[in-house]
Amino acid sequence: MKPLYVAGASFWAVAPEAILAAGGMIVLLSASFLRPRARSVPTILSCLVLLAGAVAAVLAIASDAYPSAAFDGTIALDGFATFMKVTVALGALVTILASQHFLSAEGGPAGEFLGLVLFASSGMMLMASAADLIVIFIALETFSLAFYVLAAYRRRRLDSQEGALKYFLTGSFSSAFFLYGTALVFGFAGTTRLAGVADAVRNSSAPRGLLVAGLALLIVGLGFKVAAVPFHMWTPDVYQGSPAPVSGFMAAGAKAAGFAAMLRVLMTAFDSSVSDWRPVLTGLAVLTMLLGSIVAVAQTNVKRMLAYSSIAHSGFLLIGVAAANSRGISGSLFYLLAYTFSIIGAFAVVYAIGRPGEERVTLKDYRGLGTREPFLAGAFALFLVSLAGIPPTAGFWAKFEVFSAAVSAGQTPLVVLGVLASAVAAFFYLRVIVLMFLEDSPEWEGTPAPSTAFSMGLAIIVAGAVVVIVGVLPGPLLKLAGDSLLLFR
Amino acid sequence: MSIPILSIVVFLPLAGALLLALVPKDADRSIRAITLLITMATFLASIVVVVWFKAADSGFQMVERHQWVPTAGAHYTLGIDGISLWMVLLTTLLFPISVLASQRVEHRVKAFHVVLLVLETGILGVFLATDLLLFYVFWEAMLIPMYFLIGMWGYGRRVYAAVKFFLYTLVGSLLMLAGIVALYFIGGRTFDLTELTRAEIGFNPQMWLFAAFFASFAIKVPIFPLHTWLPDAHTEAPTAGSVVLAGVLLKMGAYGFLRFSIPLFPDASRGFAPWLALLGVIGIVYGGAVSIVQKDLKRLIAYSSVSHLGFVVLGIGALTTSATSGSVLQMVSHGLSTGLLFLLVGMLYERAHTREIADLGGINRLMPVFGGVFLFASLASLGLPGLSGFVGEFLILNGTFDVYRGLAIVGTTGVVLAAVYLLWVYERVFTGPAKIPESQRRSIWRDMSVREIIVVAPLVALILFIGLYPKPLLARIEPSVVRMLDTAGGVVEVAAR
Repeated sequence: MKPLYVAGASFWAVAPEAILAAGGMIVLLSASFLRPRARSVPTILSCLVLLAGAVAAVLAIASDAYPSAAFDGTIALDGFATFMKVTVALGALVTILASQHFLSAEGGPAGEFLGLVLFASSGMMLMASAADLIVIFIALETFSLAFYVLAAYRRRRLDSQEGALKYFLTGSFSSAFFLYGTALVFGFAGTTRLAGVADAVRNSSAPRGLLVAGLALLIVGLGFKVAAVPFHMWTPDVYQGSPAPVSGFMAAGAKAAGFAAMLRVLMTAFDSSVSDWRPVLTGLAVLTMLLGSIVAVAQTNVKRMLAYSSIAHSGFLLIGVAAANSRGISGSLFYLLAYTFSIIGAFAVVYAIGRPGEERVTLKDYRGLGTREPFLAGAFALFLVSLAGIPPTAGFWAKFEVFSAAVSAGQTPLVVLGVLASAVAAFFYLRVIVLMFLEDSPEWEGTPAPSTAFSMGLAIIVAGAVVVIVGVLPGPLLKLAGDSLLLFR
Repeated sequence: MSIPILSIVVFLPLAGALLLALVPKDADRSIRAITLLITMATFLASIVVVVWFKAADSGFQMVERHQWVPTAGAHYTLGIDGISLWMVLLTTLLFPISVLASQRVEHRVKAFHVVLLVLETGILGVFLATDLLLFYVFWEAMLIPMYFLIGMWGYGRRVYAAVKFFLYTLVGSLLMLAGIVALYFIGGRTFDLTELTRAEIGFNPQMWLFAAFFASFAIKVPIFPLHTWLPDAHTEAPTAGSVVLAGVLLKMGAYGFLRFSIPLFPDASRGFAPWLALLGVIGIVYGGAVSIVQKDLKRLIAYSSVSHLGFVVLGIGALTTSATSGSVLQMVSHGLSTGLLFLLVGMLYERAHTREIADLGGINRLMPVFGGVFLFASLASLGLPGLSGFVGEFLILNGTFDVYRGLAIVGTTGVVLAAVYLLWVYERVFTGPAKIPESQRRSIWRDMSVREIIVVAPLVALILFIGLYPKPLLARIEPSVVRMLDTAGGVVEVAAR
């Protein structure tokens, strides 16, 4: 297959993103022309588009003759990008499956929803392979805009409006921070290409004030996106206000994209100034995991609890970033994949239990669920155990990898804080399991069981299977994550 | 040896749990039968292990080693030596007994047996893994079924007890995880126990790592003052849970010291050993003293475990062949006698629906056989010569006497305390006038049924056997203990037998 070159550009390099963007438009249009009864057609179409995107991402690096960078060095084609793209595509796939029930039960416009999920995925994919600060910004805006709309999908509900508005405002701020950081870095390096910035950081004799300020603003901008403390304020409100499947996708996808960009920027453009950013990230990691874990203990709304838990997970991921070694990068990749399936699965269950309108999202609604809904309760327990990082689930290996990376980087105290935060986190995960299995709920007896649509069940089973299989046999996937770094640049 | 017998032992119960998943929910009888068969089959498989075990070989035998997580350097490595051999056998013996003893469990029967089988796999994996990461996975994975066992089928304050158990253990485990990860990098990028034992680790890192592992093992044993989860968990757990907790789970902590802490951190272990011995003696005296004043029969036995495990810790701290071999034997013996006591208390509770010592009395008149077995178990527990408890405690005190004379003397009071609390409780509950109204006696207060006798018989027989003829056990324990102490630079002498 001869790559299609147009003026120094290889469109094959952005094939996954292009497939998703084009597919998103087709899905959007198809939903308008199809009769409402053919509701499953756009869904199946979007699933196929996502699979095609994943396959295209794999094919892009399968060939040896393939350029490792395209569009004049603004797009990187490497295992890292591919791993992230496949993660995003699979996460989106499970999200779409989990959203079917929401779409049919609450009567939202399905075409727009699916289209937005595809557009967001396209932006997140681009984020993973962007090797230029401006391209990162474009990707950031692409998926953020889609998320602003998705967050407001229940537009008649106050909490949805509130969350979406907050998300939009803080998101705009963070974009501005990122853009301003880009400008400062450009002022220092004279380029926004990451490779060019790396050269300048190494060789330039210009005063470094601009560089450090720019780097700090870039970290703030990305810190907002990954919900690192103290840039996390929007997270609980947005996750609470969005439909649960969207919250899951946001928690997984936005975090994956944010961390992909953070890893690439820090480890390629700023790899020679590790001493500048490592203390900052270490501090962020400590704050994020401790605050996330501790505040989650006080939550009574399950969605808010998961939001704070997702903040805590950002803290654990930051440990991997702060390790600043290859184990840290591959560990973060693995972490993001394990986390994607755990959190999307967990939010899918939250929707299934909350039922249309999500009226039942407080902890007391989970009381005695183990008796009434053994499947949902069991699946939720599995996802929580994985989020808590207890073997044999994928979440354990994720934590193990980032902790190992930190220890090998000589950051053992950070790991000790990490395990203590994990213990706090285990407490609130455990509390939900206690409520579900160890307490009875006479008052709910006799009410009809929450309906689990086929696609919802499928989403939960797929996510659960990944969590367990990867948990028992993490070897192949860890190897894949490690191999992904061979061409990392 | 081409048959992966150790893997079979570990995963047979898990396979049984998967099989149970296919059985309809309300087919109680088949569920119980299948579980019993599976646990018996596991026991038979472990008998095969005992037969194949070469007594003279002090290293790991029947080793299985496969790649597991290559990028992390973790292998699937199982092996057995004289220390783990009896732990495995104790586990596989106590599980069928627990299943038989749980015939009265009528609430979520299927889940109960699935949890029990998963738990067995976890425990056996802990005893057989010789790769640190594999060990950790089993160690943690076992927490969840145990948590459900206490929380779903326990008594009274079961939720509190389950959560307390879980969090205590988890905090310790997580600190150990940090230690394991650090050890991997310090010890030459491997999780293999044998390779790590050969690694040269400086004294300071050894101290830190020992502390990290200590956090986990000391909570599990439990060593005073980390024992407060134990009385709650043991008291509120269902009978099967208490038997497994006391019989096997507590041994995992002591086993961890013997298997990991001492061989991996020999210098730190020698530094900590006197403190370990001291903590052991505190546990002996404290546990014994607190047992005396307990009002709840089950809680009394729970506290007696703190005392008995104190002996085990004392023997480990002594680092002499006879004391440490005695610790291993005491672990087995405590598993048998305390397991038996918990079974008996469970049977009593099924009849009386109370465990308050004050509400019971004169049971010997109603159930003479039961009273006899209880007396036997008490005597075994307090270390009457001729029964299993004596051998272990004697070896421990004898071996400790050479190195820590004062501690050994104080430790001896533990035997006296045990006599006080056990015989006094026997007197209050079993002798004297019956406190139960005449009308209830015939219907409920039947003496032990055939099933119950079958449940207790193997334990009674083994207690007698070990008490009279401990040589087959010691002959297999000792070479491994000598080898372990040798690598750790402990005092090696020929044990008194």
